[in-house]
Amino acid sequence: MKKLAGIVVFTVGLILLYGVSSLDDFPSWGTPDSPANKSPLSQYFIKNTIVDTEVPNMVTAVLADYRGYDTMFETVVIFVAGLGIFAVVRVFEHGGASRVVTADTKPDIIITNTCRLLIPLIQLFALYVLAHGHSSPGGGFQGGVIMGASFILVALAWDLDIALKRFSEKQAFICSGIGILIYAGFGLASVFLGEEFLNYGIIHKILPGVDSPEMARYYAMLGVEIGVMFTVTSIMFLIYGLLATRGKMTAGL
Amino acid sequence: MEEFIQSRFNYWIYVILMMIGLWGMISKNNLIKKLIGMSIFQTAIILFYVSVAVKSETANIPILPHHGHDYSPKIAFAHAVSDDHENGGHDDHAGHQAHPVGPKIPDPDGYANPLPHVLMLTAIVVGVATLGLALAITQKIYREYGTLEEDQLLEKVRADDHG
Repeated sequence: MKKLAGIVVFTVGLILLYGVSSLDDFPSWGTPDSPANKSPLSQYFIKNTIVDTEVPNMVTAVLADYRGYDTMFETVVIFVAGLGIFAVVRVFEHGGASRVVTADTKPDIIITNTCRLLIPLIQLFALYVLAHGHSSPGGGFQGGVIMGASFILVALAWDLDIALKRFSEKQAFICSGIGILIYAGFGLASVFLGEEFLNYGIIHKILPGVDSPEMARYYAMLGVEIGVMFTVTSIMFLIYGLLATRGKMTAGL
Repeated sequence: MEEFIQSRFNYWIYVILMMIGLWGMISKNNLIKKLIGMSIFQTAIILFYVSVAVKSETANIPILPHHGHDYSPKIAFAHAVSDDHENGGHDDHAGHQAHPVGPKIPDPDGYANPLPHVLMLTAIVVGVATLGLALAITQKIYREYGTLEEDQLLEKVRADDHG
């Protein structure tokens, strides 16, 4: 079996190596003339994101506006993955024994005090990454993962029970649903104002202090990213909690 | 020869990484090792896409400079409207009198291609979600059968079917 696998992998690898090095279909490293770089689509994005949306970060603009559907259903994929993990591993034990605190299981004083200092900064940084996704690398997914990591850090340093007191399983699932609702809400708002789903430009009619469709897109993208952050934060925390406790959601590692 | 190696070296790396991943997925007996192979495979694809976006000589990151209002959106908008029928290139605006600050329409060769970055952002996040689900299923399998080795699993499943 291993021999067969080796032959298969070796053959496929040889064919691919031949393909990438002797055919001229693959552009050489870093050339601006490659088909992907010369395609009208990417050239349009580079030239027009600032005109259409006033967002300097093209990646954010393409992610949250031009490819809004993709990002929305990506958020749904994360939500469904969280539900799937819950459905697969979650077990409910009635009268489950809470963890016995001994000298070995007591949280370490150095670790807990360091985390006390670090976690607020991590959460602040997550909000910064979210809010500056428009003008620097960042956005809802990145900020959400950092925020989720701060909750996971609580669970690692103390105990999953302590973390669940701050952000319970139920709250996490509700938050992940709220995130998708925020995203879809922006889409529906533009439908009700007379544009296509997720065509945010029209929202300037109801946003106070925003007079142009471009700025409306700017702020709608921020709102959408906040929705993404809700979902990603809570699902990352849930994935950790469910996998680390084999679905018991108590005690933790 | 050196030129040839330099211009294709990145593709060789992706192919080798991809084959390591494929080897892990096909030949390893342990389910966790298969998942590790899957992740390596995914990394190769992500690297490939991101490398397609590179424009090594000229380009910057795909974020417009926005300090000092070089790209004041109103001015950029005015340019876009007036230059819609032109090709909107870099040099056409060099001698523009009305806005002596400089060219306002971003030059496509001056920024890395944002589209592959967006696609891979999506792929990474979905990759995390699917990996989490795969680990959950692995955990469930371990709880049911007490092993993650594929051959032992097959034996136990067959024994269950016949018993």
